[in-house]
Amino acid sequence: MTSDLLVHLSGVRKAFAATLVLDDIALDVRGGEAVALLGANGAGKTTLLKIVATLARPTRGTVQVAGHDCARDAEGARRHLGLVGHGSQLYEDLTARENLRFWAALRGHPTEGTRLGEALAVVELEGVSDERVRTFSAGMKRRLTLARVALAPPRVLLLDEPSAGLDQRGRKWLEAFLQEFKSGGGAIVMATHSLGRELSVADRIAILAEGRIALDTARASLSVEDVQRLYALHAEGDG
Amino acid sequence: MTHFARRALAVLWKDLAIERRSKETLNALAFFSLLLLFIFQFSLGGDRERLAAALPGVLWLGFLLSGLLALGRSFLVERDNDCWEGLLLAPGDKSAIFLGKLAGNLALMFTVETLLLILFAVFFNVELGPALGPLVVVIVLGTIGFAALGTLFAAMTAHVRARELLFPVLLLPVQVPVLLATVRATEAALAGEPLAAVANWITLLVVADVIYVVAGVLTFDAILET
Repeated sequence: MTSDLLVHLSGVRKAFAATLVLDDIALDVRGGEAVALLGANGAGKTTLLKIVATLARPTRGTVQVAGHDCARDAEGARRHLGLVGHGSQLYEDLTARENLRFWAALRGHPTEGTRLGEALAVVELEGVSDERVRTFSAGMKRRLTLARVALAPPRVLLLDEPSAGLDQRGRKWLEAFLQEFKSGGGAIVMATHSLGRELSVADRIAILAEGRIALDTARASLSVEDVQRLYALHAEGDG
Repeated sequence: MTHFARRALAVLWKDLAIERRSKETLNALAFFSLLLLFIFQFSLGGDRERLAAALPGVLWLGFLLSGLLALGRSFLVERDNDCWEGLLLAPGDKSAIFLGKLAGNLALMFTVETLLLILFAVFFNVELGPALGPLVVVIVLGTIGFAALGTLFAAMTAHVRARELLFPVLLLPVQVPVLLATVRATEAALAGEPLAAVANWITLLVVADVIYVVAGVLTFDAILET
């Protein structure tokens, strides 16, 4: 595994009892690169993200994050991982600042007020930093979750439907945020249903179908129409 | 301060802050305790002899039932918004999370037990003054063992569908030695005997506390991972 190869999957298989969810998955993601995982509902995108995040174990195969084997050294891998999943991982009765401080203390990051304030400013939540999360909209919660990335950028960022709950302005902001993360040398793997703006961050698209990566290709040369056509062809089987 | 202590304190602070704001568990337990003592008072009546024999058991039954409710809820807050994943993905010794959770549960249980003790004295017209010192020692020792194992089993059953049923079914049989020791020691304390008179039961409580806390520290990582 070369030094800038941050995510490496080979021969990954995942079965739940008799149901095969993922089969023979191979995926490499380097620093400064973003891969968008596309696929229909139930294609295995979230399961794949959970496996990379060390939250689920593959039935077979190798998963490495920043050189750490996730099966043998999950703790080592977790030091380099950030996950923005379906759940916000936020406590509703704590304020935005308190949530961030708790997360930082738990992971051993600095908890000084200025650092927390800067991270909240990056996600444009400094004005509501002392409000309880219970009062936040879904988009604000999503941004607060991303404030953790701003506070202590991981090397690998895993995102599951990152634009869910965001309005147009929020999506534009997210795009800039992720571009900034990439330019800092981080690797992104994101599962998404969106074939529009969100994909502009992606350098590659990987389409999951029937548990396998049916297509893994560079995105730069593809128009939105091309992506839609490829998605229909590989994910939905519309020839 | 070490990273381990900082993590444990962060979890304790978080749990106390959430409970202080929501008061979900504390309010329910206060009402539950009041109701429980009212029922006990009604069923036992005013027979002093009958009352004296039943009081230690009644007191610990109150602690036990309110403790089951409190401990059973302690990991529910981690299920909301997938906070559990956040705990799991935080690198570092997971036993710090266990100790933080245990300290939070102890704080909550001691608050409810203090309330129950006051209500108990009022409802049953018991003079606690002379017995208070030994009684506090017994309550503290009994609660540590109960909360340590309860915290561990609450984590184990947090993601189980029938957790409300499974949690007490798993916890209570293992708690039998602690419960026997606490009731015997409480009986002696309320009768005005020195704790030295029940030294064997107190030793059992101390040993059980050490075993349960150490078991929690050693196994919590594996429980969180599964």
